[in-house]
Amino acid sequence: MKILVAVKRVVDYNVKVRVRADGSGVETADVKMSMNPFDEIALEEAVRLKEAGTATEILAVSIGPAAAQETLRTALARGADRAVLVESDLPAEPLGVAKVLAALVRKEAPGLVILGKQAIDDDSNQTGQMLAALLGWPQATFASKVVIDGAVARVTREIDGGLETLEVNLPAIITADLRLNEPRYITLPNIMKAKKKPLDQHKPEDFGVDLTPRLRTLRVEAPAQRSGGVLVKDVAELVTKLKTEAKVI
Amino acid sequence: MAEYVAPLRDLRFAINELADLSGVAALPGFGEANAELAEAILEEAGKFATGVLSPLNWPGDQAGARFDAGVVSTPAGFSTAYQQFVEGGWPALGAEPEHGGQGLPHLISAAVSEIWNGANLSFALCPMLTTAAVNAIARHGNEQQQACYLPKLISGEWTGTMNLTEPQAGSDLSAVRARAVPEGDHFRVHGTKIFITYGEHDFVPNIVHLVLARTPGAPEGVKGISLFIVPKFLVNADGSLGERNDVRCVSIEHKLGIHASPTCVMSFGDGAGAVGYLVGEENRGLAYMFTMMNLARIEVGVEGLAIAERAYQRALAFARDRVQGRDIGARQGDRVAIIHHPDVRRMLLTMKAQVEAMRALSSVAVAALDHAQHNPDTEQRQYYQGVFDLLTPVIKGWCTEQSVEIASLGIQIHGGMGFVEETGAAQYLRDARITPIYEGTTGIQANDLVGRKVALEKGLTARQLLTQMAAVERELAAASDADLVAIAGEFAPALASLVAATEWVLAIYGADVRAASAGAVPYLKLWGVVAGGWQMARAALISHRHLEGGGVERDFYRTKLATARFYAEHILPQAQALERVICKGSASVLSLAAERF
Repeated sequence: MKILVAVKRVVDYNVKVRVRADGSGVETADVKMSMNPFDEIALEEAVRLKEAGTATEILAVSIGPAAAQETLRTALARGADRAVLVESDLPAEPLGVAKVLAALVRKEAPGLVILGKQAIDDDSNQTGQMLAALLGWPQATFASKVVIDGAVARVTREIDGGLETLEVNLPAIITADLRLNEPRYITLPNIMKAKKKPLDQHKPEDFGVDLTPRLRTLRVEAPAQRSGGVLVKDVAELVTKLKTEAKVI
Repeated sequence: MAEYVAPLRDLRFAINELADLSGVAALPGFGEANAELAEAILEEAGKFATGVLSPLNWPGDQAGARFDAGVVSTPAGFSTAYQQFVEGGWPALGAEPEHGGQGLPHLISAAVSEIWNGANLSFALCPMLTTAAVNAIARHGNEQQQACYLPKLISGEWTGTMNLTEPQAGSDLSAVRARAVPEGDHFRVHGTKIFITYGEHDFVPNIVHLVLARTPGAPEGVKGISLFIVPKFLVNADGSLGERNDVRCVSIEHKLGIHASPTCVMSFGDGAGAVGYLVGEENRGLAYMFTMMNLARIEVGVEGLAIAERAYQRALAFARDRVQGRDIGARQGDRVAIIHHPDVRRMLLTMKAQVEAMRALSSVAVAALDHAQHNPDTEQRQYYQGVFDLLTPVIKGWCTEQSVEIASLGIQIHGGMGFVEETGAAQYLRDARITPIYEGTTGIQANDLVGRKVALEKGLTARQLLTQMAAVERELAAASDADLVAIAGEFAPALASLVAATEWVLAIYGADVRAASAGAVPYLKLWGVVAGGWQMARAALISHRHLEGGGVERDFYRTKLATARFYAEHILPQAQALERVICKGSASVLSLAAERF
């Protein structure tokens, strides 16, 4: 079975993001970028399925700027066998990305697609669902455990009330949640091998997809600064403040 | 406690823009290496260092290595971390490909070394010593020895040690007494070795000791010492482990620092004698050791740099966090973090500027080693070998002496909080303190610099380097940018001091070697201060070009330029004082007879 994993280049999770002065978005120039952490988990799951003999090939795909090649090299070092970059400098909106992925899925015919449940830059949490809809495939989102059993996947997902286990027919779309696995450290030999693995480049036009944004960002602003707390002397004062100042009760 | 974060941006700057990684990568034999690969390697090494090695640094210091009835235990977590280190393939980074190494340039492996040492010096010593053993066997061992030991040492499955020191033979190895008696195809080794780093531990099933010893009838002194391989377990013909060899750890030292690293007293031949295999020819042992010594010395210089970087990171985090007093320029207002106080800034910049200068100079030196080993042109190889040889004692001596000062400043920034152990700042000073001592004290380095590296070759390489520095001085003098003008104003007299002191050394060495030796350590420090300033001046010129060209990462280059100016104005003026000490002070060193102290 071939597994397709989508990876996105995002602002590194250690970076304290700053809003651009003109309010058009967050500052990404000169900022450290890396692979979306949920995508690392998705990829790790694919690698484990390959190590277990369930999968035979892992294809990593990224839709983004030329620099996303670095992210794909990391994916290759993490264990993907080959990579495809669909190069575009336009903002990667979920529907556009899902359309490109759908076209790639039709071409590559994977038995399973694993994505991160969301990217930590825009937190959309839509691409996997949209991809499933476009393909007419079953979806199992927020996976915390994946078991492949012949033609079905049993996926445990974290929901408000506890754990829910779904069974979906393959091929299917799975999106990875935080606790699905813990990605391992990349080894030096795998970094060296990644240089020699194939990385193909395409444009969205190659798949007949137009990535022109359909969403309009009105303004981006930083959350209000937290103001200092106060000590109240008793419950009565607390209740009064909640009513009159915070106006939450 | 905040974990160590690898200084990836400055490492990239040092190896790419100052030490010219692309030039090194273009040398024959480095087909794989380029800036992109180096970045991927440094990044992943950084993650491993932050996630695995750094969290063990402080608990490892507190617990320390333990010795009980011949068994040495490293602190909790160290052995597991070592297994992960091996699984990651990291021990093979710089080793030759024919025995399973990755064959990457020293320029990349030294940068990775800085990361391991910054995260956890006590841990990093084990692979560092193994690398030294690998170099010894790869260069001087026979084919069978190489086939038997190298693959497992390079993979990290086994580790290696260096057994040189004996109680009466420290800096002076000519006093080595350990004996090796021939017996068939091997020798029986008897004797006691001290200060053996990772001589015994719980990481791996076998430890390969490289041991200096004398054969029967060997000449006295340095020309009668041979080198032997003495494995903890003998190795069967099929590569499996055989009999336990007659070598044991009898105790470990209680030390000021590097607590997690077991420093062992090793006893060879309490019974029938430890089975040892001669490396190369008899009586050439010390010469073999010297071929590896330079690299080991650079490694220790990098250890100094690495601890200094970590001390800086810790002090910076504290200075941003600790709120004390008001801004001295404002009459009122809120209390501020201490980073707003001018003297704290001065201390932080003193740390930062010197750390960056050390990183720059050591990167340039290891790039010279790559050229010395791989450049196709014989003349170029000779030239670069000279540069590497001259800079080695400078980097070993200067980076380690400064690391002690920088770690001490780190404590100073913490105030009383730094003097208590819980903040972790004290550990860096205790750990740093060994670095100016082992692999040759600063005094030994300085004598090597003055004698072998400058005087004996009549200043050939020294003058070549001074010429390069003069070219940078001219480039600075032509600049109109205010920062560059300021740097030029300090660099010129500092360089003049190094030129004058070098001429003094060359003139006096033949006539009065004791006077030259009396000024040797100040001369080494002068080299560090000025050569570090040379690299910071180059960094300033490069940064200025980036800023003029409107390139990206403007904040990084602005910071670099400001840091270089601080170095010029706060560190370089030391050069003139050092010149006076060197050229005028030797008589007073020697005027007081030994018995009058």
